[in-house]
Amino acid sequence: MKSKLKQNRINTFVACVILTIISICCIIPFLLLVIGSFTDNNVIINEGYSFFPSKWSAAAYVYLSKDFEAMVNAYLVTVFTTVFGTSLGLLISSMLAYGLAHNNLKGSRILNFLVLFTILFNGGLVPTYLMYTQLFRIKNTIWAQVFPSLLVNGFNVMLLRSYFRTNIPQELYEAARIDGASEGRIFFKICLPLSRPILATVGLMQGLAYWNSWLNGLYYLSDTKYYNVQNVLNRLLLDIRYLKSGFFGDMAGEMLATMPTDSVIMAIAVVGVVPMLFIYPFFQKYYVKGITLGGVKG
Amino acid sequence: MLANSSKTNKSSKSLMRKFPIYLMMAPGFIYLFFNNYIPIAGLAIAFKDIDFRKGILKSDWIGFRNFEYLFKTKDALIITRNTLMYNAAFILLGIVFGVIAALLMNEVSNKRLLKFYQTAILSPQLVSWIVVSYFVYALLSIDKGMVNNRILPLLGMKEISWYTEPKYWPFIITIMQIWKTIGFNSIIYLATIVGIDSEYYEAATLDGASRGQQIIHITLPLLVPTIVTLFLIHVGRIFYADFGLFFQVPMNSGALFSTTNVIDTYVYRALLQLGDIGMSAAAGFYQSIVGFVLIVISNLIIRKFNKENALF
Repeated sequence: MKSKLKQNRINTFVACVILTIISICCIIPFLLLVIGSFTDNNVIINEGYSFFPSKWSAAAYVYLSKDFEAMVNAYLVTVFTTVFGTSLGLLISSMLAYGLAHNNLKGSRILNFLVLFTILFNGGLVPTYLMYTQLFRIKNTIWAQVFPSLLVNGFNVMLLRSYFRTNIPQELYEAARIDGASEGRIFFKICLPLSRPILATVGLMQGLAYWNSWLNGLYYLSDTKYYNVQNVLNRLLLDIRYLKSGFFGDMAGEMLATMPTDSVIMAIAVVGVVPMLFIYPFFQKYYVKGITLGGVKG
Repeated sequence: MLANSSKTNKSSKSLMRKFPIYLMMAPGFIYLFFNNYIPIAGLAIAFKDIDFRKGILKSDWIGFRNFEYLFKTKDALIITRNTLMYNAAFILLGIVFGVIAALLMNEVSNKRLLKFYQTAILSPQLVSWIVVSYFVYALLSIDKGMVNNRILPLLGMKEISWYTEPKYWPFIITIMQIWKTIGFNSIIYLATIVGIDSEYYEAATLDGASRGQQIIHITLPLLVPTIVTLFLIHVGRIFYADFGLFFQVPMNSGALFSTTNVIDTYVYRALLQLGDIGMSAAAGFYQSIVGFVLIVISNLIIRKFNKENALF
């Protein structure tokens, strides 16, 4: 028995060693970003990015702080679309799911099928793009960051529906109906408060999708006014001239010539990622739940 | 007669009562109608010669001509091959690494340590492919990348022009995909492992089975349903590629298209960079139809042996 215990300890130890290595592999690229942003620009030009630069420097952040307006604007777009899109999407999705959760509703089967079908089949980019640009004229407006493909997702609706059906005691609904409560009242006063875990989970997944969204900006924005953080990052990496001409606004030639571009782009990436990584541990519980709920659904 | 009228009265009353429910569903259905159903109808564009002066509805029907053009090009074969082969590699390696990481995490009994590992392994999942392309750039940039400047000289190798050499990209793309998804996969498997009845293990321990034997004879067999389910789900989506991975990580480099172009990137470039609506609509139609058939088939199979996990 004693040797068994010892064997178990060795197993745990080996597992921890391997997991530590995997964890380091997962985190270390983030470290490269941060170190790159604190590296002296000439060192990057001569020796490349590395974990152990021969000279450190905070010049990139000094630059960023001098003209932070562009970044602040991108942040405002990101925060607005995340908050607005997630709350509106969550409200519309859960109202839809509440209706679908009623089995005895007339046409219930067809309505459920109509939502399911959107998961199985989609028209793809071309017709979607043409509809949003030709019919809704969404190009170069803030709504391009909110409405296309992100707002209501059939998959989330199904998750909410099954929670409303199985995790809330149906007697509560019945009792409220007998007491004469309206459906709207039942939804807001009984259904939603009892569904906080699933709302947090779906809301978090949706919020993360908005925060990281860059596709809509790539498709529908040619004007940089409504770029979110991800769009700015995207543009900077593919087009370094944008850093010098558009991002910092009109800058004196001398300042441009001395701009530490290679460390600045890394600094902007750091500023773009860090908030999410800091908030994340607090939401991890719901995130893990979202994965286990959604992951095994065909 | 009386009974009948009271019945209609009752049903109209219940309809009145149910009416607010329909009203609550309305915004959702209006959104899905525009965002999902109109584009499905819009797939018909693939059979048209779109001319914006005439408008989309009045443009001429041209039958299968867009498809003839598409399948005459080399690209049709390349994007189909790339999409299928990459997804096949992702599915198999995703299972192997996901299961291994889950088994390892199951050995850790210290709650805090486990949470640390989970946080670390999930962190790549939280960032967008754009941020990932920054890491890859810092590693592989031709003149400023860490690999060319530090690692290759150590090995006595010459610099490699990573962003113009297609042969390396199947490996780079697969590694980045595994890196990003290992946390996601391992959590799903770990959820199943944690749910296994501990009595199995207690009985096996009494019989003198080692930890390794327990994993092989208890954990893995009980994981098989989850593995098969995930396998089928991914096979159902084998015709769809992750646009960000194939577009952002190789930084849209034209020299790499032979190994990085997939159906999704092809449709995007044909539509928005080349302005060739016919070609992109045909490729999109091809993806939608084959993708739909595959999803339905895989779901029918999933339903056969595990109804709970099926979508319908």
